Amino acid sequence: MKLLIKGGRVVDPASGRDALGDVFVADGRIAQPAGTPDRTIDARGLVVAPGFIDLAARLREPGYEHKATLESEMDAAVAGGVTSLACPPDTDPPLDEPGLVDMLRRRAKALSRARVYPVGALTVKLEGKHLTEMAELAEAGCVAFSQANATVADTQVLWRALQYAATFGLPVWLRAEDAWLAKGGVAHDGEVATRLGLPGIPAFAETIALAQLFELVRATGARAHVCRISSAAGVTMLRRAKHDGLPLTCDVGIHHLHLSDMDLGYFDSHCRLEPPLRSQRDREALAAALADGTIDCAVSDHTPVDEDQKLLPFAEAEPGATGLELLLPLALKWGMERKLTLAQTLARITSEPARILGVPSGRIEPGAPADLALFDPQAAWRVTPAALKSQGKNTPFLGLELVGRVRATLVAGNVVYQA
Amino acid sequence: MQRNPQLDANGELQHLLSIEGLPREILLKILDTAESFAGVTERDIKKVPLLRGKSVFNLFFEGSTRTRTTFEIAAKRLSADVINLNVAVSSTSKGESLLDTVANLSAMQADIFVVRHASSGAPFLVARHVKPHEHVINAGDGRHAHPTQGLLDLYTIRHYKKDFGALTVAIVGDVLHSRVARSLIHGLTTLGVPEVRVIGPQTLIPPGAAALGVRVFHTMPEGLKSADVVVMLRLQNERMSGSLLPSAQEFNKHYGLSAEKLALAKPDAIVMHPGPINRGVEIDSAVADGPHSVILPQVTFGIAVRMAVMSMIAGGG
Repeated sequence: MKLLIKGGRVVDPASGRDALGDVFVADGRIAQPAGTPDRTIDARGLVVAPGFIDLAARLREPGYEHKATLESEMDAAVAGGVTSLACPPDTDPPLDEPGLVDMLRRRAKALSRARVYPVGALTVKLEGKHLTEMAELAEAGCVAFSQANATVADTQVLWRALQYAATFGLPVWLRAEDAWLAKGGVAHDGEVATRLGLPGIPAFAETIALAQLFELVRATGARAHVCRISSAAGVTMLRRAKHDGLPLTCDVGIHHLHLSDMDLGYFDSHCRLEPPLRSQRDREALAAALADGTIDCAVSDHTPVDEDQKLLPFAEAEPGATGLELLLPLALKWGMERKLTLAQTLARITSEPARILGVPSGRIEPGAPADLALFDPQAAWRVTPAALKSQGKNTPFLGLELVGRVRATLVAGNVVYQA
Repeated sequence: MQRNPQLDANGELQHLLSIEGLPREILLKILDTAESFAGVTERDIKKVPLLRGKSVFNLFFEGSTRTRTTFEIAAKRLSADVINLNVAVSSTSKGESLLDTVANLSAMQADIFVVRHASSGAPFLVARHVKPHEHVINAGDGRHAHPTQGLLDLYTIRHYKKDFGALTVAIVGDVLHSRVARSLIHGLTTLGVPEVRVIGPQTLIPPGAAALGVRVFHTMPEGLKSADVVVMLRLQNERMSGSLLPSAQEFNKHYGLSAEKLALAKPDAIVMHPGPINRGVEIDSAVADGPHSVILPQVTFGIAVRMAVMSMIAGGG
C-alpha cells in the first residue's frame, strides 16, 4: 500500500522543516517517493504534521465505562490528531497486573486507531505500600511506572520503588505533591481559595515533593519524569535540577498553560483539576518554561468525567477535564501567545514526548512510522458537547471558540480519522 | 467570568448567595428594609402579608436549629408557608443528589429555597439550576459565606454605631474556617469601614486574608487596640486540639475575650458573636453577659434582616 499526501505544509518539528511539499507513505512508514501511489490525499491548505503524542490520557477502562469507553476515547484521540497516547494506571482495578495491561493493549489494538502505551502502577492498587512486579509489567507492555494522581506518602517506599525501577532501567513518572500538605485541598491555596472558602493546596506541597524526588533521583539514578508541574517555584527548582544534570524530564497539563485559579469564577466545577489551577503568575511561569525547554512537553491529562460528577459543589465534584480534542488548539494558542514557530509549538506534542517515550514516531522522515495529523491551523470551532467525540464533555472551555481543527489522522499509514 | 449570579438583568437581587459582589446600594436597602420590619417584630400581631401564598423551603443539609428557626420565624411573619426539610438525615442518606432533591421540591411549587450546605459554593450550584421564579438564599455554605448573618452583623453595627465611616472592627478567632467572617468582611469593606482587622494565630488565618482588605494581627493587645466593634468567632470543638491549636485553654488565654482584654478596645466598644457561644473558650461569661455584649440583640435583628431579604427577592417589588 502506497499513499501520497500531496500539497500540504509539511511541518516536522524534529528537523525544523516547514515547507510546502508531499509526504510519501509505503508499508505504513514514511518513505522516499517511489512508484505510483495507490491513493492520494489532497492536503492543500492543511498542515501535515507528525501525529500528536499525549503522555497522559485516561481511557477509563477497565472500571469506569460509565464515564467513557475505549471506543469513545480512541475516537476522540484520532479526532484530535493524537496517534500515540500513554494512559495512566488509575483505572479500576489499577494497572498493577500484567493480565490487565495485556487485555488493555489487545482491546486497544483491536480498535486499530491510536497507539496505546500503558503506564503501569508503581505500587499495588496505587496504595503506595507494595511495589508492583515492574519487570513483568514492562514485559506486558508498560512503558513507565506511575502513581497517577495518588502519591507515595511513605518516603522509604518511594526510595525503594525508584531503586527497583532504576535496577531494570524503567522510567518512573510521578506527580510532585506532598500527600499531607495536599490532604483535603481542592484549590490553589491563595486569594481565590480564601475568598471562596475552599480548602487549599499550597504551592509548597509541590516544591517539597520535588525536593524529595530530586534527592531520591540523585541517590538512585532512576529516570524520572515529573508529571503536571503546576507552580512557578516548582519550575525554578526543576530548572536548577536539570542544570545540575539530573536525568529528569517534565510535562505540564494543557489547561494549566491557559487558566488560573481566577477562572474558578463562581465555583465552576469544570476548573476542578489535579493539580489545582494556580495563580496567574504560576500560569505565566509554566507557559514560559514550556517555551524555554525547562518543561519538555504538554499533555492533555484527558479525564472524561460524567456530568453527574461535575454537577456537584466544587469540592465534591470529580477532578479532571476532557482534553484529547483540545490538545492541538490549546497548544496552538500557547505557541501563538509565546510567538513561537509552528514547528517549535508542535515539538511539544510530537518530537519531545516521543523522546521521553522512546518511540520512533513523532517525526516525518523516511523510516518513521506514518503516524500523521493533517489539520487546518486557521479553522475556528466552538467547543460544544456535540463537537466532542469524547464521552466526557467536561471542559472549562465549553462554549468558547478555539482555532485549529484536525481534518485527517493516519496511524501506520492507515487513515483512522477523516472529517 | 460569569455575571454575578445573584443579580438579575436589572441589577436587582434575584438570590442572596454572598455579600461579595453586592453593590453598596443593595446592602443599604436591605438594612433599611430590615429597619422597617423591626417595628413589626415588636407588635402584638407580628405579621405582614408580603409573602402570602408563597412557599419557603428550608433545606438544611447541615444541622442548625438556630439559623433554621430564625428563617422560619421570618418567613411566617411575612405570611409565607414554611416547610422544613432536615435533608441531612433524609434524602441524601439515600444517595439522592443535591440537585435531585431541589428538583423534587421545585415540583412541589417552591418560591424560596433557604439552603445550608457543608460544601462551599453549593447554593451557587442550586441557583444555577432553579426555575426563573425561584429564589435561593444561602444560609451558610462551607467556609464560604453566610450572607444573612453578615447582614445582621452589619445591621447590629449600624444600630449601635450609626455610621460605618470611622469604625475599627476586629474579628477574632477561627477566620480560616469562618463563613461568618468572610461575609462580614465583604460587607464592611463595601460599606466603607476604614479598618477591618482579623486576629488569630497563623493556623487560623487563611493565607490570602490580606487580599480581602483586612489587616492581620496575631496578638489581642495589638489587634483590639481602639476597636469600636469586636466580633468573636465560634471555635468548633473538633478544632480545639490537634494540628491547628494545642488546647482550648491555651486558645482562651491568648485569644479568648476576657474583660481585661476588652478594656484595650474603645470604652464604648460592642461585642458580637454569631452564636452559639463557647463560654470560657472564645469568650468569657463576664463579657458575653456584660454591658458591652450585643449578642442577644443580634438574634432579634436577624429576624428582621431575614424578613427584609425574603421580601426583597420574592415580595414582588
